[in-house]
Order: sequence, then structure tokens, then C-alpha cells
Amino acid sequence: MWTAIITIVISGIITDNIIFSQTLGICPFLGVSKKLDSAVGMGLAVTFVIVLSSVVCHFLYMLLELLELTYLQTILFILIIAALVQLLDIVLKRVSPSLYTSLGVYLALITTNCAVLGTANSVVANGYGLLETFIAALSVGLGFTLALILMAGVREKVARSSIPKPFHGFPIALIIAGIMAMAFYGFGGLSF
Amino acid sequence: MNKSRLKDAALGGILSNPVFVLVLGMCPTIAQSNTVVNAFGLGAATAIVLIVSNLTISLLRKVIPDKVRLPAYIVIIATFVTLVQMLMSGLLPDLYSSISKFIPLIVVNCIILGRAESFASKNDVLTSTVDGVSMGLGFLLAICLLGAVRQGLGIIGLTLFTRPAGGFMVLGFLMALFNYLTKLYHDRHKSLLKGA
Repeated sequence: MWTAIITIVISGIITDNIIFSQTLGICPFLGVSKKLDSAVGMGLAVTFVIVLSSVVCHFLYMLLELLELTYLQTILFILIIAALVQLLDIVLKRVSPSLYTSLGVYLALITTNCAVLGTANSVVANGYGLLETFIAALSVGLGFTLALILMAGVREKVARSSIPKPFHGFPIALIIAGIMAMAFYGFGGLSF
Repeated sequence: MNKSRLKDAALGGILSNPVFVLVLGMCPTIAQSNTVVNAFGLGAATAIVLIVSNLTISLLRKVIPDKVRLPAYIVIIATFVTLVQMLMSGLLPDLYSSISKFIPLIVVNCIILGRAESFASKNDVLTSTVDGVSMGLGFLLAICLLGAVRQGLGIIGLTLFTRPAGGFMVLGFLMALFNYLTKLYHDRHKSLLKGA
């Protein structure tokens, strides 16, 4: 039981990192990793949505299996995610206006973050139970946050160094991401 | 119908290439370009969904209320993705099994929703369809180019390039090359104009 959970956590955060190994959620990874503060905020917001939507989709999929409507999976999952993001938007606006203003711009974009739909699909495909779904989603979210923070740290330094003109912006960010992904392969030997 | 608009739409796939210039749809581009066959499969599926959804959204652009347009677009796109998914798993089971994880994720590919929101919702049916074809082919071309480079490097023994790390790097270098070539093109254009 415990080893299974530890394996899910380690693979979610490090060995199967959502950015470096599964290459999901690259758009926000490249778009919001210019500053450290916004990287942390974005990472935590995405983690929250991933956990909530994976758990809801877990129950929804059980219902769909019961009704033999599993071919509606893609359509219903994306609707659930969009609704949850909208809900989060409304709740945050009321409960914590300061957090809402600091996240504002990124919040709506979480719907089209493929890490969210990708995780919901993969926990359902793996046939996880409720606890495993929760833990897997949480570790995927933390892995995303970790990648975003690492990238923001490097990019704050790169912004001040001289690089050839055609490499400015996205190309250099992609090359840095590639080098980081190579570093993450070093963890591939970890096994339980 | 506007002629110059139509011409812009037709050239959009190259001049504002979704991958190299707009930097949209990065995730499937990197994840599924490890071989040319996978790249072509996913590129073609994405292009088909893009064309059909652009066409449909343009037809419905006066019917859909402004306030609920994004959920409506997402449902339209998700429907076509599900159709493509079913057709592919039925007709091309081998190809489908190697890219099945990324077919549902076409729904959240920013290229499709981006074109729906910024183009198809504002233009007539013919222009929107041309835009869909052009952007779809631009995406297909970019992902196949990436696939060819990565598979080529993999064949000569650099297997790192068939993994995600290599995907990031090859895309970075190709994007830099594209930037360089566009700048060269614009400079030459400018000097020609000056000479005249």
C-alpha cells in the first residue's frame, strides 16, 4: 500500500514529470516562467485545478461506465474542467480578492492547459481508486510547480546574458527546457 | 467577401506559422514528433479538426450568443475530436494505439480554440475554411519537419533526440532558424523597396 503510494508520488513529481517527461502543459510553462512570483502562483493554481478535476472526473467516469457512455469522456471531462475553473474564478473573487488579482490573467487559461485534461485522462486510464487519484493528481501538480519554479529561476538569469538575436524569447527557453529534461533523466534510475 | 483577407488567410500557415511564429500547440508538437509517422498522424488529425471546427464555428457565428461562445466552441471542438478518435481507432488501429493519449488532447490544443476565437468567429465561411486549411497544413508541415529531424538524428545513433529532451532542443533550434530566415526575408524586402 505505502510503496504503491510512494511510487506514485516519486514518479509524479520527478521521474514522470508532467513537463519534462510527458511534455504536457508546455504553453503555461513557457508563458508564465519569466518571473518567480507568478510561476509559484500559477503552479499552485494549476495544482488545485488538477486535483479537483481529477477527483470529479474519477466519479464521473464511474457513472459513465455504469451507463455505458464512456465515448462521451472527452466532451464531458473538458466541460467539467471549464466549469471548475469558472467556479474557482467566482469563489476566489469573493473569498480572496488579493490572490484573485495576482492570478487573474492566468486563471481562465487553466482550462486549456493540457496537463489538466491529460492527468484526468491518465488517472482514469490507470484505473486508480479515490485515494490514489488524489495523490497522483497532487504529485503531478507539484511536479508542474517544481518545473515552473526551476525554469523561472534560470530565465531570470538568462534575461541578463547576451545570446544571439534569433534565439531570443522562446527558442532559448526551449533549449533550456531540453537541458533540464536531460538532467531529469538522471532520476530515471530511481525505482522502488 | 474580401479578396486580400482571403489571400492573407491562405498564406497564414507559413507567414504566421502556428508552431514557429505563434508558438501554439507546443505539447503535442514535442510529444508526438519522435517519429515521422506519429507526427503525420497527429498533425493530420489536428488539421482535420481545425478545418471542420473553423467551418462550423464560422457558420454558427451569428447564432452563438457572445457570452457563452467559449463553452460553445469547446463543445463543438470536443465533438469533432471524439469523431476523429472513433474513426481513427476503427480505420487505423496501429497508428491510433501509438498516439491515442494525445488525440483527446486535441480539444485543448490552443491552435484550434485560438483560430476559432480570433478568426472563425469574425469571418465568412469560405475565408474561415481557407484559414483552417492553411493553418492546419502549417501545423502538419512543422510537426513533420520536427519528426523528420528527430527520427533522422535517432537513426544515426543519437537516441536522446527521440526523447522529450531532444524534442525541446530541436524545436528551439528550428524556431531560431525560422526567426533568422524571416528576418533575412524582411531585410531583403525592405532593401528592394528602398532601391525601387
